[in-house]
Formats: sequence, structure tokens, C-alpha cells
Amino acid sequence: MEKVLLKKSAKKILLLGNEAIVRGALESGVKFVSTYPGTPASEIGNTFFKIQNSKSKIQDLHFEFSTNEKVALEAAAGASFSGLKSLVAMKHFGLNVASDFLIPLCYSGIKGGQVLVVADDPSCWSSAQSEQSTRAFAYLAHIPILEPSDPQECKEFTKLAFQLSEKFKIPIMLRETTRVALQTAPVKLGKIVRGKTKAKFVKDPHRFSTMPPRVLEMKRELLEKIEKIKRVSEKSPLNQIHRGRVSGKSKMGIITSGISYLYVIEALKELNLEIPVLKLGFFYPLPEKKIQQFIKSLKKVLVVEELEPFLEKEVERLAKDINPLVEIFGKNLLSEIGELKPEDVILALTRFSNKKPKFNFTNHLKKFQNLKLKKRFPQLCPGCPYWLIFQSVKRAAPKGTIFGGEIGCYMLAAYPPHYLQDYLFCMGSSAGIAHGIKKALRRGSDETEKQKVIAFVGDSSFFHAGIPALINTVYNKSNPLIIIMDNKTTAMTGQQPHPGAPAEDKGIEIEDIVRAVGVKNVKVIDPVNLRELEKTVKEFLNKKEVSVIIARRPCIQISK
Amino acid sequence: MNKKDFNIVIVGIGGQGLITITRILAEAALLEGLDTKTSELHGLSQRGGSVETSLRFGLKIYSSLVKEGGANLIISLELQEALKSCYYASREIGTLFLINEFSKPIPGEKIPKKTEILEELQGFSKKTIMVPATNLCEEKLGKAVLAGVFMISLASFKNLVPLSPKSILKAIKKQIPGKYLELNLKAFNLAKDYNFSI
Ligand SMILES: Cc1ncc(C[n+]2csc(CCOP(=O)(O)OP(=O)(O)O)c2C)c(N)n1
Ligand code: SF4
Repeated sequence: MEKVLLKKSAKKILLLGNEAIVRGALESGVKFVSTYPGTPASEIGNTFFKIQNSKSKIQDLHFEFSTNEKVALEAAAGASFSGLKSLVAMKHFGLNVASDFLIPLCYSGIKGGQVLVVADDPSCWSSAQSEQSTRAFAYLAHIPILEPSDPQECKEFTKLAFQLSEKFKIPIMLRETTRVALQTAPVKLGKIVRGKTKAKFVKDPHRFSTMPPRVLEMKRELLEKIEKIKRVSEKSPLNQIHRGRVSGKSKMGIITSGISYLYVIEALKELNLEIPVLKLGFFYPLPEKKIQQFIKSLKKVLVVEELEPFLEKEVERLAKDINPLVEIFGKNLLSEIGELKPEDVILALTRFSNKKPKFNFTNHLKKFQNLKLKKRFPQLCPGCPYWLIFQSVKRAAPKGTIFGGEIGCYMLAAYPPHYLQDYLFCMGSSAGIAHGIKKALRRGSDETEKQKVIAFVGDSSFFHAGIPALINTVYNKSNPLIIIMDNKTTAMTGQQPHPGAPAEDKGIEIEDIVRAVGVKNVKVIDPVNLRELEKTVKEFLNKKEVSVIIARRPCIQISK
Repeated sequence: MNKKDFNIVIVGIGGQGLITITRILAEAALLEGLDTKTSELHGLSQRGGSVETSLRFGLKIYSSLVKEGGANLIISLELQEALKSCYYASREIGTLFLINEFSKPIPGEKIPKKTEILEELQGFSKKTIMVPATNLCEEKLGKAVLAGVFMISLASFKNLVPLSPKSILKAIKKQIPGKYLELNLKAFNLAKDYNFSI
């Protein structure tokens, strides 16, 4: 962490993409930072958390782990409404949670600059539930989006995002992907600045109350802002042509952005090709004229992007006016599923340019696939309290019991030797779905009516999104057993504190909440008491109303 | 490929300290005035599953990932994991394997024989070197997790990686926090004195 605070400007040090974003924010004078952890964005919050707890802490910088991403965005917006520069970081799923607030926030805009960092995870390296491209939010929310390729750009783009945000009074999104966020490279440092520290909320309901009929006027203002930012995008050096001239008869060009740009350059080197590359640092608003200028004289253009073909569709649209005959390649040569790898781009480029690769990838892959590889499943840490919980639950639950899982270390319940997971979706959903299943099963047969449902939910997840689901089971009357895995931390993402387990004091007691919402059958059990846990599971499964077991024992990784 | 680029893939199991040794190598490359990039993953796979990092250095590096069949050196901290890294290995490029002779069984599976693994690796490598790094570090230093630092130090002393022991030493001092430094320096010295013939 100390290196992120290094005073020496102009020095080059190794930084992770996420650390470079932190440095960029410090070089911009950020004063309010909020987050909810999520890989691959977690190091941003973790680094600020360490800064806050270190001796060399930055004056008047507020950092918080918020209850969830929506609250994190709201908190940072409140600070920005009051004139401070704020930064919010989350993984892609987090933005789904925060989106209800994001959309009107773009209408009202902010005062102090606000940067929203969202990390996508193509290939789902550390994301259970779905693969998604956050670029879609450009169309939904009209939020400007910048896409860095490497750590140096992470820092520079963060600074530029703050500038744009202050100038146009709109939050700016920095969208990264796993291989950008967790890429380490030398970064040239700039100066850390103190920034504006005095906050003031000037009342202006005209701006900050989104209500009809004003709301439609606000939408018009937002679209006008985007038109102005588009002019910036047209002139910006972030959107630039690199390498090679349009040559000979072939007249080829490549359009790309983010991590894909790095693979394109490597592929061109590998194949000894000189093809011009338009690298786009802005995903939204796109520099449409610049793109049209680029494709005007081309015969063929290859769009290299990960996941859904958003860019390709835009290029197709822009080509219609300027060069309808240009052949556009993209997802016909590259997969829409999973991240791109350097060899994927080399192969796409060989087909695009009719050049042979030096290396026979196809044969190599066949040879590799002939190896008999055995899968090594991730495991709970030796000594993890969850071993005890799963063991007791497995013994106590009758055959046919349905197990609802959720996101956290406890989703390892799915793997051998536990096999205790019949469904898994998003944070907060295990109890919500359990309620629906329980209600539905009453309309099945005598047999299904007796079937039990156990929903696991982590302590951090409970605060994040589990509470409304619990209240719903009480309010709408069903009787699943909810087991709260209270390991006193947000373990999966690296042991961050949460409202039930803050860094300093005691925190909010989960049992107080559970009782307060009207749950009658509540028990706090240390899972080392296997017998008691087993007995209680059996007893609670026969209750007519919802019941909750809080299985409490800290994650063994906390103190490390 | 640009002849000056050097591509390393490191594989092992979560908890073996792959990220630390990857950063040390990157720091050493930077100290030698080279451009460098690394890639790593965080999250679920770190819980005792297979893990993999990549590291490239040279005059100017773009991609942080090593391409298929493009690794000059593969450092494997576990025997069976070496097989998984064959994706990055090829005879064409002359991949060198430096393997920790240490097996962590996969529950429900037989531990494959060392000879079987070596045989499979042949189709993908120019040379395979095995060292009992985990055993050695456990025996001599009382800590298995030092195997990684021992192996990268060894790679430098035996010229398996074009980074000098001096740079590796400096990088260890830069990357390892105070209280763990002494033990890591011992692992470095253990590598210095370790003899095997290539
Ligand atoms: C909306 C959303 N935000 C963040 C994440 C990332 N995430 C995955 S698991 C997890 C930790 C959950 O902690 P907890 O519920 O306490 O379970 P534990 O890992 O401690 O078992 C988080 C934050 C996510 N999957 N979805
Ligand atoms: S990190 Fe904590 S909760 Fe997760 S498996 Fe390890 S001990 Fe269990």
C-alpha cells in the first residue's frame, strides 16, 4: 500500500491496475470513497482502507465499506452534491444493484467530480452468477464510459474522468476488466494533491429532485450534455490511430479498445503486419466522426472486443452513411463468450488478413487436449468453521431437502464432499427463492408439502441484500430454515469488515435484526457444538413459521 | 515474437505464494531497466484450487498474458499442475520447465507417478528440471511456503531466466515486508548453494 502513497513524482513503480486507479484518484484530490467489495475491483477499496488505517493517512479523506453498492453510490453522490470529489468502486454485479439510483443520478448530475469504477469479469474468473458487459449501461443510463488498457492508463483515465466529471457535472464511469484490474506494470507517478476539502450543500431542488414534469426536461439536458462530451471525445487523444498506414490494395483497419488493444498490437507484431489500429479510450460517447473518418477508405475492418458486439454494431451503423461497402469482421471471428486471449486475436487476424501464423495453434491445442488433466476444485480452508456447519446440516436434513446457496465462501457447498447446493443466483436471493419454493410446494402433493428447504446466507450478504428477503418470509408467511453463516467478515473477497463486524467496535447484532422483524425461532450457535447444531436444524425444520440459525464462528483468515 | 521478450508462466495451488514471486520477478525486470507486465487472478481459485500467473518482460511489453505455446520458462510449484501449464509450452519455442517435486493429492484421484508426468511433458518442452523445493525449504528453513522464492532464485543462479541474482535479491528486499524478509533471504541463499547439473 505504501507505494501508492509515494511522494516522488515522475518515478516509475510497479502497480496493479486497481492500485493505479487509487493513485489517479489521489492525484485528483479525491475526498470521499465508498465501495462494496467484489473481485476484480476489491483492491481499490482495500487499498483505501489500508491508507485510512495507516500512519501516513491522507488528511480529510473519508473511506467506507458501505452496506451494498447502491448505498455506496448514493453515499458518494451525497458527497459530490456537497461539492467534494468522490470515487465509488464495485464489480459488475454491484452496478446491477446500484442501477436504480444510477439512472436518475445521471439526470441530476453532481457538483464535485464523481468517478464510478466498475470491473467486469469476462470468463467469470471470480464471478459465479453471470458474465456481463457493463457497457450496456451506456445505453440505459447515458453515463460516459472510459476504458483503460493498462495500469498507466488506469491512472491517467481516472484523472481525466475527474476532470470531465467536474466540467460537465456528470458521473463518469471507468470500466475495467479482470485483465486490466489485475495487470501489474510500471506506472509513472504524478503529484498527490489535497483537493477541495470544505463541503457545502447548496439547496437546489430544481437540480436534485427528479420528479415529473421536470424529469423529462432533465433527460433532455442529459442528452445535450452527452452531445457536448461527444465533441470532447472527437478531439481526445484517448481515441487515436496507432501503428501502420493503410496500405496497398487490401486497405485493412482494426478498431479496438481496453485489454483487446494490447492483444491486437502483440498479434500484429507476431504476424509482421502493418495495419492501422484505431484505439478507443471512450466507449461512450463514441467519437463517431473519427470512426467514420477511419473507415471511410477501408475495404475491410476488424472490430476486436470482448463479450457482446457493442462496438461492432456501432461501426456497422456508422459505416452505412460513409462506406456501406466496407466489410466488417468481429464476432464472426471472435467469441462472444469468455475473455479474449492473445492467440484468439492472432487467429482472428490471420483469417482477416489471410496471413499464416508462424505457430500451429490448432495442432498444439489438440495435443494439449489429449493430456488427461484432473480438475482441482477449490476447497474451504482447513479449519474453516463452514466444514462443521455443512457436516451437521448434512446429518440433520432429511432426504429430499432443498438447499439454497448464495455467493460467498459457502458456495463451496456445491463441491465435493458437501454437495449441499441445489440453486445459486445472486446476493440476497437464497431466502427470497426459498420462500417461493416453500409456498409453491404446498400446492404440490402430500409429499412435496413435507419437503424441507434450507437457505444459506453469509453475514455480509445478509446485510447487503438478505434482510428484505427475510422480512418477506415473515410478512408473507412461509417456513424455510435460513442459516446465516456468521463468520464475522466478508470472507470470499478478502476479509473486509461489514456492519455486523466493523474494524473497531462491536457492530450490529444479527440476532437483534432477526428478532425485530418478527422471527420467533432464532438461535445463535457456535458450530463447534455439532450436536446442538444438528438438533436445532432438525427441530427448526418442523416449524410452521420461518426459522433462523445464526451459526457464529469467525473465519480463520481474519487475523492473518 | 520479438526475441528480446521473455515469457514466464507460474502455476501451482492457491496459498503457495505465486503472486509474491511473480511480483519479485517483475520488480527485478524493472530494476534491469526493462518493461514488464504481469497478470494474476484473485478470488475463489485462491482457496486451494489451481492457480496461474504470467509475467513478461522485454523492451516494450503490451499483453500481460503469455500466448498459447509461447512460454520460455514455466515454473510449476506442484507436479500435476505442470501438466496443466502445457497449454503455454511448446517444443517450437523450447519451453523450459522448472518443477517443484511436490505433490498435493486431488481428493478421490490417484497421485500420478513422476515418470508419467515427465513423459507427458516431453512433447511440450526442451528441458525439464525437477527440484525438491518444498521439502528442502521445510527441512532447512522450516517453512514450505518459501519454495517459490527458492525456485525463482535458483532460476536466476542457474541462468534459466535472464535476470541477475543481484536484481532478484534487490527485488526480494523491495517486495517482502520486514518481518518475513530474513527467512526469504535464507531461501535465496539456499538456492545459491544448491547444486544440480543441468
Ligand atoms: C452484488 C454483488 N456484489 C459483490 C459481489 C462479490 N462477492 C462475492 S462473495 C462476497 C462475499 C460475501 O460475504 P459473506 O456473505 O459474508 O460470505 P463469506 O464469503 O464470508 O462466506 C462478495 C462481496 C457479488 N457477487 N455480488
Ligand atoms: S476464507 Fe474464511 S470463510 Fe472462506 S474458506 Fe477460508 S476460513 Fe472459510
